[in-house]
Amino acid sequence: MSALVQVRSLTRIFDVSKPWLNRVVERLPKAMLKAVSDVSLEIPERSVYALVGESGSGKSTIGKMVVGLLSPTEGAVEIAGIDLHRETDTAKVDGVRSDIQMIFQDPYASLNPRWKVRDIISEPVVARGGTADGLAERLLEQVGLAAVDAEKFPHEFSGGQRQRICIARALASEPKLIVCDEPTSALDVSVQAQVLNLMTDLKDDLGLTYLFISHDLTVVQHMADVIGVLYLGRLVEEAPREALFSNPQHPYTQMLFAAAPKLDGFGREVEPPKGEIPDPINPPSGCAYHPRCPLAVARCSAERPEMRDVAGSRVACHVAGEQAG
Amino acid sequence: MTPPILSVRDLVVEIPTRNALLRPVDRVSFDIAAGEILGVVGESGAGKSMTGNAVIGLLDRPAHIASGEIWLKDKRIDGLKGEGLRKVRGKGIGMVFQDPLTSLNPLLPIGEQISETILEHLPVSKSEAEARALAALEEVGIPAAKARMGSYPHEFSGGMRQRVVIALALCAEPDLVIADEPTTALDVSVQAQIIALLKRLCRDRGTAVMLVTHDMGVIAETADRVAVMYAGRLAELGPVRDVLTAASHPYTAGLMGSTPLASKGLARLNQIPGSMPRLGALPTGCAFHPRCPKTQEKCRVDPAPPMQGRAACWYPMTVEEIA
Repeated sequence: MSALVQVRSLTRIFDVSKPWLNRVVERLPKAMLKAVSDVSLEIPERSVYALVGESGSGKSTIGKMVVGLLSPTEGAVEIAGIDLHRETDTAKVDGVRSDIQMIFQDPYASLNPRWKVRDIISEPVVARGGTADGLAERLLEQVGLAAVDAEKFPHEFSGGQRQRICIARALASEPKLIVCDEPTSALDVSVQAQVLNLMTDLKDDLGLTYLFISHDLTVVQHMADVIGVLYLGRLVEEAPREALFSNPQHPYTQMLFAAAPKLDGFGREVEPPKGEIPDPINPPSGCAYHPRCPLAVARCSAERPEMRDVAGSRVACHVAGEQAG
Repeated sequence: MTPPILSVRDLVVEIPTRNALLRPVDRVSFDIAAGEILGVVGESGAGKSMTGNAVIGLLDRPAHIASGEIWLKDKRIDGLKGEGLRKVRGKGIGMVFQDPLTSLNPLLPIGEQISETILEHLPVSKSEAEARALAALEEVGIPAAKARMGSYPHEFSGGMRQRVVIALALCAEPDLVIADEPTTALDVSVQAQIIALLKRLCRDRGTAVMLVTHDMGVIAETADRVAVMYAGRLAELGPVRDVLTAASHPYTAGLMGSTPLASKGLARLNQIPGSMPRLGALPTGCAFHPRCPKTQEKCRVDPAPPMQGRAACWYPMTVEEIA
């Protein structure tokens, strides 16, 4: 399998300083927030790569950089070998752009309330000068709605149906890659099941590749082939699904799994994890997880761990794998 | 048996609108004993928050309690107004909301908010109230509580804010705490901290808890009994282990089937077709019948029966179907 998406040393820094005058009067330095820091990953064609992490871990920022909604500060995203931000041949860029689509978290905010569903779905094709005869109807049926729904407006649909419309719109330009940013976290469980099943079917039928962003470990375990765990903008662990869930290597991944509520955990007493996600503007030195880490040694606060292979996973930790051996 | 702390009998909440009379809560009955945690689950629009708000008297007009009774210990609290209601809120029932930022006053230091609540409900002096507020903050695990008494809500992180809200809910030593999605806005690691805190405090004080959430995992780990709501009615009520592993109502069974589970791996999720009906367009008969795999003629015509055993269903799941 060839890699459809190549992410190399991706870094994104946001300037979150106060306005210039406040900085001068209050003598404040510029505040820089490193939302994504040196992330490298590969997504093979026809696979599902999931990014998990808590809020502020940079998972949505990576998703936006992959589709091209944000430009990287450093590093590169290559889709089918083309770097969207550096490539100068507009024809090539155009060709790749229509291969990428995105599904957003909130189906109430991502559909234009004044547009008919037909216009919403066919826009990605019409905008590039294509014809969209019968396209909306065909796609609506493909995602489990009726062809007559094309004449309706978004407010006539429930949350789950709206997310189906978003999926139909994403499919309109016949993309190869769909970036799904928390596609089901605004939906109820029974509707979430419908949408996840639909996404699985479409992937198999159309040969899609997903970059699946979620904070919900059960959903990720259900959907993903390979999972990357993010903490404070850094990839701390990356492993195939079975390896990650049966044998997590990084102490942060282990903590996440232990803390997640379990359906069969009746009366389970959880030893609550210590601390909270630190301030990303002034992250801890060395490994960002060391102040909360039960395994931390002196080296962790001084030196940033590089990604290395441990028992079939890529792990960024000095200690992982050593306590077993 | 000791009498329950909270007893809700045939509670009906109605909202008159121009087009129809909506019933977001329809003939709901349950008890919560001292020290017990009752989980209330359901999808959005099931009426779980509305039930909690009705108990503490927070219904916004035109929603109102149309019939039924709510008893807190030996006192009837539905229909309370003004001063009586103020006494019950805080002293009788504490409330923890989903969003900790909107449930704290942004213009008052947190120490002041807590001691104000204590002064209002308990016969103590001002300095005593401040000492108790400090103790409450220490109990919920605010680091350097003494120094942070004067801090404003915006100076805390989400998890810390929710701890302050819990301290506020428990400071007047209520008999019952209603926690409405207390961890939905929080990350997994912080959620585990808050759940552990809530469990510990309530166990130590023997406080009854009504935990409203949509997260089955949280319910499984926290609640003693669970009430499943659908379209304003109680679908199933029973001990948490029984309900989650051997559901009696087809809706509960469907809900459990559609939750992605570790053991099932990549198998297709068992989806419930359709979505929850809107209150203005409830189907005839049992409200769940258009989505139910076990629908019979009776379900289309007759409304769901009152609770029989664990479930309010004409044809509950049989032993073979559960296995």
